[in-house]
Order: sequence, then structure tokens, then C-alpha cells
Amino acid sequence: MRLRYPGSIRIVRVPCTGKVDIIHILRAFEKGADGVYVVGCMEGDCRFNRGNLRARKRVEEARRILEIIGIEGDRVRMFNLSSGEGPKFAQYAVEMTEKIQGLGPNPIRAKARRKAA
Amino acid sequence: MIVAERKPIEEIIEEAKGFDRILVAGCNECVTVCEAGGKKEVGVLASALRMYFMNQGREVKVDEVTLERQCDHEYLEEIRNIIDNYDAVISLACGVGVQFMAEKYFHKPILPGVNTVFMGATEERGVWSERCQGCGKCILAKTGGICPVSRCAKRLFNGPCGGSSQGKCEISDELPCAWQLIVDRLKELGRLDEYEEIMPIKDWSTDRAGGPRKVVREDVRQ
Repeated sequence: MRLRYPGSIRIVRVPCTGKVDIIHILRAFEKGADGVYVVGCMEGDCRFNRGNLRARKRVEEARRILEIIGIEGDRVRMFNLSSGEGPKFAQYAVEMTEKIQGLGPNPIRAKARRKAA
Repeated sequence: MIVAERKPIEEIIEEAKGFDRILVAGCNECVTVCEAGGKKEVGVLASALRMYFMNQGREVKVDEVTLERQCDHEYLEEIRNIIDNYDAVISLACGVGVQFMAEKYFHKPILPGVNTVFMGATEERGVWSERCQGCGKCILAKTGGICPVSRCAKRLFNGPCGGSSQGKCEISDELPCAWQLIVDRLKELGRLDEYEEIMPIKDWSTDRAGGPRKVVREDVRQ
């Protein structure tokens, strides 16, 4: 298909989205990521039964924590697609990138940089 | 195990915001099992605090440690060499651990990171319920292994009250009547005659009514 999606995205491969924990999402922000999104299989189609449902709950919890500490919760999101939906993968990548660009850089990274300067 | 709940992060921030060097200390025992204060929760809280302070433009050091237990001297001793590097400790152990650490490190503010709620069991992942109140005089042999002290809202000892309806307690449709459970189990065990025995007035002096309690065993004492 040779589809194009924004080059600003760094893919972290996991065996199942059920492997993704809240701490992984938080650490990404702590290290300066502007946004994090988790792409799992369609709900009901998890090879491990409930991995993607667990991931969704963790994404929600990470979102809640980020809101509390003053970082926009919209910077983290969960998407679901099937492995045959390459165009959708590219579409979600564009969607998320535009959303994050609208929000601007990760506020803590921006502050850390200002402090260093 | 002792069941605890995570404190709201806002509350922890409020208590900790005056400090510049904070140690978040977890406990590997009960609070790890009830997912309130183990290594994982320490990681999440510490990360959230670091980001909060960074976002406030403050440089606050937030480090992590998880001890095997916080209710024993030997494990609490493990942080003796590092505790002076911090202005305060947020302990994610139960109330016992928080207090024991505070006794040991008398000069250091120790803040609780969880609300300790009861002694209970894991019904399923994410669901814990109370099973024991530590009354100091176990009567489970007489009540089919179901405790009316911890599971009956009125702590009744001789059968249900008038509020028992269709096996549920009057305080909640979701709460089983402890005495219904007791009768059902005694019936199953073929020991329903025990239900007919009148239980004498309970000696509550071994409960909290007698003040804070202590167990001393001379045979194992050093």
C-alpha cells in the first residue's frame, strides 16, 4: 500500500495492547512525548480475549491522571482497528498528529526547556 | 490481607507540595495485592508527582522505593542510609506501615498515600470485601465459618434481625445478610442444630472497646 503517515510518530511495538500499562503512558509524557495513542485490535476480537479492553481502561486512567496534574487529557487516546486496515492506521496517525499539533507541545517539556535557557 | 485504596492524587499533592525532595515508598505485601501501594502504584504516583511539579515550574526530586514490608524493623532499616536525602516520605503502605515508619524516623514527615479500609479478601480482581474486624475472640467455629461481627451490619450474634429480606441486608440490596449465609452454610454442613444454641453475651474487651491492643508471646520473644 505504501501509505504515508506523519514522521513525528514513534511506534513502540507490544505483543498485545493489554501489555500497555498506565506507567508506560505516563513515562512517555515524562520523557517529553507530546501525545500517546494506543492502537489495538477491534473490541471483541482480542486474541487474548480482553487485552484491548484492559488497555482502554488504562488509557482512561492515564487520561484522568494527566488532567489532575495539569496536562490535557486529550493528549492520550485509544484507537481500535483490524490488522487489515492499513489506510485506517494512517488516517488515525494523521488525526492524532493534527490533534496534538492543535494542543501544542507537551507543557512540561516546554517548561523544562525554558528553564534550561 | 489489609485492604487499602489509593488516595486521590490531588490530596497527596496538597500534602506534599511544601517539600523539595520526596521519597515515595511502597510495600510489597497486602497493598501490592490490592493494587493500592505496590511497586506499580509507586511508579505511577511518583511519575505523576514529578510531572505535576515540573508543570508548576518547580524542581522537586521524587524518588521511588518499594520495601518488602513496612511493618517490620528489618525492612524499614533498608532506607536508613537514604532517608536523609529526602524532606518527606509518602508511604503507600497501610496505616500500620506509615506509623511504624514515622516511629522509626521520628524527625521525618511521613505522609500517607493510601486510605486503609479493612481486612478482607479479593473476591475478583478489582473487588475486595471485608471479612474480619479483629475482634480478638474468633467465633467462626460456631457460625459456619461466616463472621457476624464483620459481615452483619449490626454485629448480631443470635440470628438475623427483622431487616433481613430475601437473603439481603436492609442497608443494601447488594449486601448479603450474614445470618442468611450462616444458616445456609450450617444447613449444608448438617449442623443446623448449632444455630439453635443461644450465644452468650460477647466479651468485647478483646475488641477495640478495650483500647489499643497488644500481643506478647513470651515463648517466641527475644
